[in-house]
Amino acid sequence: MALDISANPIGQPVDRIDGRLKVTGGAPYAYEHRLERAPAYGVIVPATIAKGRVRAIDAAGAEAAPGVLLVMTHRNAPKQPAFGPPRASARFARARPYLGDDRVRHWGEPVAFVVAETFEAARAAAALVTVEYEAETPALGLERHLKAAYAPETINVGMKTDTSEGDFEAAFAAGPVTVDATYHVAQQHHMALEPHAAIASWDGDEVTVRTSAQNVANTRKALAATLEIPLEKVRIMSPYVGGGFGGKLGMRAEVVLAAFGARALKRPVKVAQTRQQVFSNVGHRPEAIQKVRLSATRDGRLTGVSHEVWMQSSPIEEFAEQTASSTRALYGAPSILTRHRLVNLDMQGGEPVRAPGEAPGLLALESAVDELAHKLGLDPVEMRILNDTQIDPEKKVPFSSRKLVECLREGAARFGWSDRPKAPRERRDGPTLIGYGVAAAIRPNYLGPCAATVRVAEDRTVRVRTDMTDIGTGTYTILAQVAAEELGVPLKAVTVELGDSRFPVSPGSGGSWGAASSASAVLDAARKVKAEMARTDEARVFEATGSVKGMRETQSYKDFSQYCFGAHFAEVAVDEDTGEIRLRRMLGAFAAGRILNAKTARSQMIGGMIWGVSSALFEEAVVDPRFGHVVNGDLGEYHVAAHADVPNVDAFFVDEHDDKANPLGAKGVGELGICGAGAAVANAVFNATGVRVREFPITLDKVLIG
Amino acid sequence: MTPFTYERAIDAAAAARAVAERPDAAFIAGGTNLVDLMKLGVARPKHLVDVSRLKLDTIAESEDGGLFIGAQVKNSALAADARVRGAYPLLSRALLAGASGQLRNAASTGGNLLQRTRCPYFTNTATPCNKRSPGSGCSALGGFNRIHAVLGASDACIATHPSDMAVAMTALDAQVRTVTGDGATREIPMSGLYRDPAQGPEAETVLTHGELITAVRLPPPPPGRQVYRKVRDRASYAFALVSVAAVVDARDGQVLGGRLALGGVAHKPWRVSEAEQTLGAESRPEASFAAAADAALKGAHGYGANDFKIDLAKRTIRRTLADAAGVSS
Ligand SMILES: Cc1cc2nc3c(=O)[nH]c(=O)nc-3n(C[C@H](O)[C@H](O)[C@H](O)COP(=O)(O)OP(=O)(O)OC[C@H]3O[C@@H](n4cnc5c(N)ncnc54)[C@H](O)[C@@H]3O)c2cc1C
Ligand code: SF4
Repeated sequence: MALDISANPIGQPVDRIDGRLKVTGGAPYAYEHRLERAPAYGVIVPATIAKGRVRAIDAAGAEAAPGVLLVMTHRNAPKQPAFGPPRASARFARARPYLGDDRVRHWGEPVAFVVAETFEAARAAAALVTVEYEAETPALGLERHLKAAYAPETINVGMKTDTSEGDFEAAFAAGPVTVDATYHVAQQHHMALEPHAAIASWDGDEVTVRTSAQNVANTRKALAATLEIPLEKVRIMSPYVGGGFGGKLGMRAEVVLAAFGARALKRPVKVAQTRQQVFSNVGHRPEAIQKVRLSATRDGRLTGVSHEVWMQSSPIEEFAEQTASSTRALYGAPSILTRHRLVNLDMQGGEPVRAPGEAPGLLALESAVDELAHKLGLDPVEMRILNDTQIDPEKKVPFSSRKLVECLREGAARFGWSDRPKAPRERRDGPTLIGYGVAAAIRPNYLGPCAATVRVAEDRTVRVRTDMTDIGTGTYTILAQVAAEELGVPLKAVTVELGDSRFPVSPGSGGSWGAASSASAVLDAARKVKAEMARTDEARVFEATGSVKGMRETQSYKDFSQYCFGAHFAEVAVDEDTGEIRLRRMLGAFAAGRILNAKTARSQMIGGMIWGVSSALFEEAVVDPRFGHVVNGDLGEYHVAAHADVPNVDAFFVDEHDDKANPLGAKGVGELGICGAGAAVANAVFNATGVRVREFPITLDKVLIG
Repeated sequence: MTPFTYERAIDAAAAARAVAERPDAAFIAGGTNLVDLMKLGVARPKHLVDVSRLKLDTIAESEDGGLFIGAQVKNSALAADARVRGAYPLLSRALLAGASGQLRNAASTGGNLLQRTRCPYFTNTATPCNKRSPGSGCSALGGFNRIHAVLGASDACIATHPSDMAVAMTALDAQVRTVTGDGATREIPMSGLYRDPAQGPEAETVLTHGELITAVRLPPPPPGRQVYRKVRDRASYAFALVSVAAVVDARDGQVLGGRLALGGVAHKPWRVSEAEQTLGAESRPEASFAAAADAALKGAHGYGANDFKIDLAKRTIRRTLADAAGVSS
């Protein structure tokens, strides 16, 4: 039977279909779901040493406090499997025991869990738990422990730890023009607006956890493994996620402890980590030292690129950020060397944080490229164009699409790059120095195996289901757009249901693969439904499950190297007396395949760019080497960009359709915006002041000293 | 947060009495600082006396041509008041440079003066801190002390007072009015409100337990142009690394005199009379601003991460005085 064909919604700047619910408070986040039975409230008691063991816990005061239902410590917590070795192949699905033994492995690790009738009662009682520690001397401080650095087997997403194309050392020795610079990037945190939270409830031997997860299938596996119960007995629901950025890829303490509490008390238990706890319990972008060496001919052709990284990791769980990985593909130099080394410190391990690898790596690489252009007296835009390549220097295959040059050219034109101050300290505005900066963006394009169902009811309304999550990116909306276009129904006729482990499995939100993977699965399901509908005149319900294979099973990911590209342009003003750096305007030009929703995609880019500005200028978690805690562990003192810091940030996409990426021709946009954004700002600061700050974030004291 | 009881005071003397009677009682006004500290377990009052609805929320002109600001006037209302903006723009600017719109709507004049330090070891009950737990040591010494004091500090404590408003009030020679439980009132000059940390950092002001701030009196404004300059790590919503409140009386390019107070550098707004005396003492304005900067930072001492504040403060003083004098460098 036939459907009406309406306008093509894919690509249109459609408002979020869940927008109204969100702004009216109708979209429940993890801590807000209302269940039939009133929940009890759990509060986590964190460790206050970095390493050692709990010698004694006095819970009597807490147990006797009004309203308290349960105080759990390692002495009465359920038996759990051991965490196991620091490396695991499926790390987000592995068991994560909490309160499993008396060891303290990092500051902030939960040592007790208090559940009471109200949140206030639980918090007051938590303060009454006294813990006696047997402290050991922790290893803290990256620089101090560099000698203990080791090479991991692989780095994040299974990439090679080291690579070497050509003979870099020979090229570097031959020069004739070289840059050898060491950069330092600070520990940074996800700081999603919504903290980690969960509500667990049991029905017999089945547990349902409503939580804030980027990937419900992994959370389900991890919880089943931790509770040692069959996967079918666990249901995870995560319909709305108030930001994830990588911090909610893995299951955390609140999920496990809520499940224990609810099982023990036979009633729902809800738990949220405090903002301070989020700083010590969900991972972070590890602090790193990056040495970048470049060699080039006098006309600006790169002859060698080397990028070596030393970063913090943890003896509990290894995480090697792929910081130098995009250096393998960004420029067409005949020799490229990259290396990653880890230093174990007694802290929680690192985690992916928006654009793991590229965000800190490009801060260093794209600063170094700017240093080289300055040394050579070349326009940094032209020098980048000169070193463009259409063949991936590492994989030796063509790029599926690569519009870096178009982004640089079009971005430069729209930004007014030709009007730039050519030399540092050349332009002033009153008491400030004005500088322009540019940097390139690169980010791999991924595709994960995904399934979805599409159902067309008798009244022609459409329902889409997948366990995919919308972490604020706009997934609900783009999936509705894809289904509506393929089925030729109005957008209003489509309902999208996400984030329930009872729905078909997706790869979740992460790595910028979410949109392409889930939209491809929905497209496939919609096509199947349409085909079935075309075969009959019956007015009945049609339903089909569609899927897409992951990139590992997809030939075009072997034949082609797949990345997204972009270019950032920034203008800053630096106060000559105080060193205060203020962004004046910023423009990003991006090539990311077919854009599914012009509005939400642009929001993604701008959000990423703002974070890039923030990470270059403000964000630094200071770990006290005497204690092992994040000293400035709250949003008052861990500075993220405020509105006044990002007055004029804009982004646009160059036209692209990448038919090698997936059936839709779309690529990931979630992380691309942050890639290189900070370097454009850093380069603008240099252009303004003549001071090259290699220690990020670039705070005013560093500019003043230089 | 430990459980507490709560009462709403009916008048100022009764409020003072209610707190004075119990060593574990505290006043609460806007609560923007106290409630945070209670959640963190840093402040543990067992009884709160809410003074936010006392009829101390008006701004009135005083007979000498100054202003009389009730302790419950909100920061946003004070900043927006036409008389304040007209005659004391320094105060208005300082207030607007602080916190955020939402916080200023809740924060009171009295509470702002008595807000506690933002030292991150003070707010973390798991680290030693002499201010929070006398005798336990000062973690900021040898720790992360970027926001800490370079002037007037002691080995017992190097914390700063975080208020912007208080810096402007100090430069304006404000007087703080109080009442105690027995109905006695007194007036304390801003310059005498905060105690030297060497005398024990746990007590920050000369106020006694139960002494309620009822008002702040501003004398008529000093002659000259007023400028408040706050230097901070991001463009808004951050405490001052260094702030400068300057009043400069200049005519025809000639500096006649002025006032100068610094924020973010000490346990209290820092005002040095020698620095003010240099204003007008030199014939070239730039020379007198440089002399004032040097005099203001005399004896300054950094603790590592905050060393930069000394030079930053001098630079900011020179520039702010020049701005106030209308001589752009
Ligand atoms: C995120 C954040 C950022 C901030 N940024 C800034 C900034 O940049 N600049 C700045 O200056 N401030 C800043 N502030 C601090 C803010 O200005 C203060 O929290 C506020 O002024 C306190 O006023 P309140 O009425 O809420 O005080 P409360 O929290 O109610 O009280 C503070 C203290 O004063 C006592 N008290 C209150 N009223 C009286 C009275 N009348 N007599 C005697 N004792 C009294 C209370 O017992 C308590 O000890 C910030 C605060 C936050 C949370
Ligand atoms: S500086 Fe003062 S407030 Fe901070 S830790 Fe030291 S004693 Fe405590």
